[in-house]
Amino acid sequence: MSDYRIQGETGDWEVVIGLEVHAQIATKAKLFSGASTEFGAEPNTQVSLVDAAMPGMLPVPNRECVRQAVRTGMALGASINRYSRFDRKNYFYADLPQGYQISQLYHPIVGEGQITVSLDEKNPDAATKSIGVERIHIEQDAGKLMHDQHPTMSYVDLNRSGVALMEIVSKPDMASPAEAGAYVRKLRAILRYVGSCDGNMEQGSMRADVNVSVRKPGDELGTRTETKNVNSVRFVQAVIEQEAKRQVALIESGGTVVQETRLYDPDRNETRSMRSKEDAHDYRYFPDPDLLPLELDDAFLAECRESLPELPDAKQARYESVLGLTPYNAATLIADADTARWFEALMAEGARIQRKDEKEVATASANWLLGELYGALNRLGLSLADSPVSPERGAELIALVADGTISGSIAKQVFEIMLETGDPAGKIVEDKGLKQTSDTGAIEAVVAKVLADNEDKVAQYRDGKEALFGFFVGQTMKAMQGKANPQVVNEILRKSL
Amino acid sequence: MSASDNNALTDLTVTEIRDGVADGSFTAREVAEGFNAAVAAAKSLNAFIVETPEKALAAADAVDARRAKGEPLGLMGGVPIGMKDLFCTEGVQSTAASHILEGFVPPYESTVSAKLWAAGAGMLGKLNMDQFAMGSSNETSFFGNVISPWRRNDGGNTDLAPGGSSGGSSTAVSARIAPAATGTDTGGSIRQPAAFTGICGIKPTYGRCSRWGVVAFASSLDQAGPMARTVRDCAIMLEAMAGFDPKDATSLDEPVPHWEGALNGDLKGKRIGIPREYRMEGIDPEIDKSWEAGKAWLRDAGAEIVDISLPHTQYALPAYYIIAPAEASSNLARYDGVRYGLRDLPEGAGLQDMYAATRAAGFGPEVKRRIMIGTYVLSAGFYDAYYTQAQKVRALIARDFERAWEACDLILAPTAPSAAFGLGEKSDDPIAMYLNDVFAVPASLAGLPAMSVPAGLNGQGLPLGLQIIGKPLDEQGVLDAGLAIEQRAAFDARPQEWWT
Repeated sequence: MSDYRIQGETGDWEVVIGLEVHAQIATKAKLFSGASTEFGAEPNTQVSLVDAAMPGMLPVPNRECVRQAVRTGMALGASINRYSRFDRKNYFYADLPQGYQISQLYHPIVGEGQITVSLDEKNPDAATKSIGVERIHIEQDAGKLMHDQHPTMSYVDLNRSGVALMEIVSKPDMASPAEAGAYVRKLRAILRYVGSCDGNMEQGSMRADVNVSVRKPGDELGTRTETKNVNSVRFVQAVIEQEAKRQVALIESGGTVVQETRLYDPDRNETRSMRSKEDAHDYRYFPDPDLLPLELDDAFLAECRESLPELPDAKQARYESVLGLTPYNAATLIADADTARWFEALMAEGARIQRKDEKEVATASANWLLGELYGALNRLGLSLADSPVSPERGAELIALVADGTISGSIAKQVFEIMLETGDPAGKIVEDKGLKQTSDTGAIEAVVAKVLADNEDKVAQYRDGKEALFGFFVGQTMKAMQGKANPQVVNEILRKSL
Repeated sequence: MSASDNNALTDLTVTEIRDGVADGSFTAREVAEGFNAAVAAAKSLNAFIVETPEKALAAADAVDARRAKGEPLGLMGGVPIGMKDLFCTEGVQSTAASHILEGFVPPYESTVSAKLWAAGAGMLGKLNMDQFAMGSSNETSFFGNVISPWRRNDGGNTDLAPGGSSGGSSTAVSARIAPAATGTDTGGSIRQPAAFTGICGIKPTYGRCSRWGVVAFASSLDQAGPMARTVRDCAIMLEAMAGFDPKDATSLDEPVPHWEGALNGDLKGKRIGIPREYRMEGIDPEIDKSWEAGKAWLRDAGAEIVDISLPHTQYALPAYYIIAPAEASSNLARYDGVRYGLRDLPEGAGLQDMYAATRAAGFGPEVKRRIMIGTYVLSAGFYDAYYTQAQKVRALIARDFERAWEACDLILAPTAPSAAFGLGEKSDDPIAMYLNDVFAVPASLAGLPAMSVPAGLNGQGLPLGLQIIGKPLDEQGVLDAGLAIEQRAAFDARPQEWWT
């Protein structure tokens, strides 16, 4: 149980949270028309006759949207409904050309499932919590009104009209902003793994309606409010915090929470009433007579299941148990599908060029990716997708360290040059003569010179000041411009001293 | 070409025109010119909203050119037709006979009309109809009533209803200003007007003809079909109209049979069901008499007549008048003044005001009535009592038919409970008007193919129709029985030409 509480004047209050996440299905075409779904196009350039609801136009379901919703349901361990149906949700608005949204109220395509979240994503040993998913249904997005283009008129952009959304409805199982944040992040990770949604909240590909109520511990559920269209994880958490505080203050000052729709204003960090239940539309849902029920057969379901990738939880378990990664590294690598894919490419190439099992190169690959590469990308303000160094080039660098061609410290220099020039590690090592030497004769000569130049320190060392050993190593390495094999240096120094 | 020759051409059936153009007896252009002239001379019938003589000529010239090159002319090669204004036609105003779509010129062609043009047909114009196909008398059109070419034989000149909603179609075909026309049937809108005007009309199995590009009234019921003077003409034209369309999710992915080629009026081995529930109290005795004649004709054609029961018949009309308006209330929401058609934007109006003003001005009273009924039956608290209940009735009616098919192959019934009535006689009484569809609606709810063929004239000299209902996809059986009736009824009456 979460120990998150709102401290009111009358005591502590629990918060109950449910989320309805709208995820745009990653398909090239809209749900019921052939029009494109690309983001950022000029207004009204991606509108078919169907999207504009011209007279006599009819919706035809896009099979790929259905497939992605089913795959998503499977990834959440949810029951898939072989029979589902589209309903019309009727209301008038200028961004809704048909005068109804095609959705699935009575028979959604996906039933109950769950998502396991870590209660502290930074701590690999933290407890986990299973959050229920009530259902997933498919529906159309609406268009967009633009009120700032004309002094007295509003403009309508129908590019989004008819774009396919999955509405993923959680159970009211979350009890803190942190849990809700973890849920959204985990859901987004799964959607990205499955490939059913790009999870891009800034572009509106994923947004959440946040249902919040408060109660005294042990009491019945309170009245909830729904804050619509929240478009970042941070805002979801802020909405919960602000809304819970508002409700507690309201109840404690003798008021009652009304069931209503609210909007979040990020600038003022507060929620505002949009419409109350009394003004709520009567949507007059009824089965869309233009569409037959969706009936999914075994072959279709089998294809959906077989096409699912390894999902985050399974991947993390494998990274730890098979590859021997630390729980922290494993958790960090799997958090995002792209990172995991990058890591696996790096590891596979490393294993190939080193002729080793993936298991043997896994830890070095993970450490380099999460240490060197992430450090550099952070510094350069780049994402992994924009990394100037590819997994293949990275694997080559790691291999050069592994086979003793260069030392770890030289590797850092080489990596910097790779970032700047884009050259492969081998070429840089060759061109700059950075190859590490294990030539005992050469090292012995340098060691002899170092000891001769520092007779006083040699004497002190032999008198028992053993800490000076590092000094001799440093001097030797310096004299050899870092290219000496440190193990060989150590051995020769010990012998000579 | 003399005027009398043109008259002769306009007397021809689809079959005769097709064959005559093909064998060179006359050109498609001569046919088109003849019908264009007839259309132009018949304005007093108000059958057309838009006349497109140039389209008819262009299509005819194309057919003549194909013939000159020895190319195939198509199923409807050289046949000019009227197009019900519910079909969107590219570059030609398409209004569903409403004010709200007045001036709307679609940039696309409906699948059915496109198929007809591809089959060599040409367009004489867009036919008047009941507004949004809501009506049984063609009195709800924004563009005025269509007048039936028929008159009672009482010496009076009462204007009669051509039936509805395909009233422009029925009038045009029976007045011989078009050899054939498209119709659409949601709850009898092909069959009842065909019966009122002494022509044939078939509503095929739901899903046979694509609904793409047809202005929607009630999506789960709307079906296009041909209206023409003979059963054979209907078979030819239906073949040109039907076929799977991936753009309509309810379209049937079934091959289109060669109905005309298989036409056969010999009904040996066929059992014809007579539903006892259709024998309603207070029914016009002349309707009953024509029904009896129909039985005798079909028996004469070799069929066995059997009594059947369709026990839920009495609930069909109420269920229809819940389901159809419910769907319509939603289908018509798109006419909002935002993107096309009428926009009424009073000074200082906001969005809601614009909706209200536009829809108040753009829809006629019957359309508003049905939108309100539909909105009501779908609203919270009433949905289960009306809509859910009506859907259950619909399922029961479909089951009635399924059980009936165990005892019979086809069903014979009257098309309408009366002959054509006078314009204005029922327009103040919606219930009386709705009752006109009582025999037509059950087949619509069950999605079955059904046809009206002329059976004769009543005592007032007005046509009466007989209806044949078939099993799903058995248009052939329906057409064959229609042919058997046609051969025996020998209906050759035609309205006196008072309108030129």
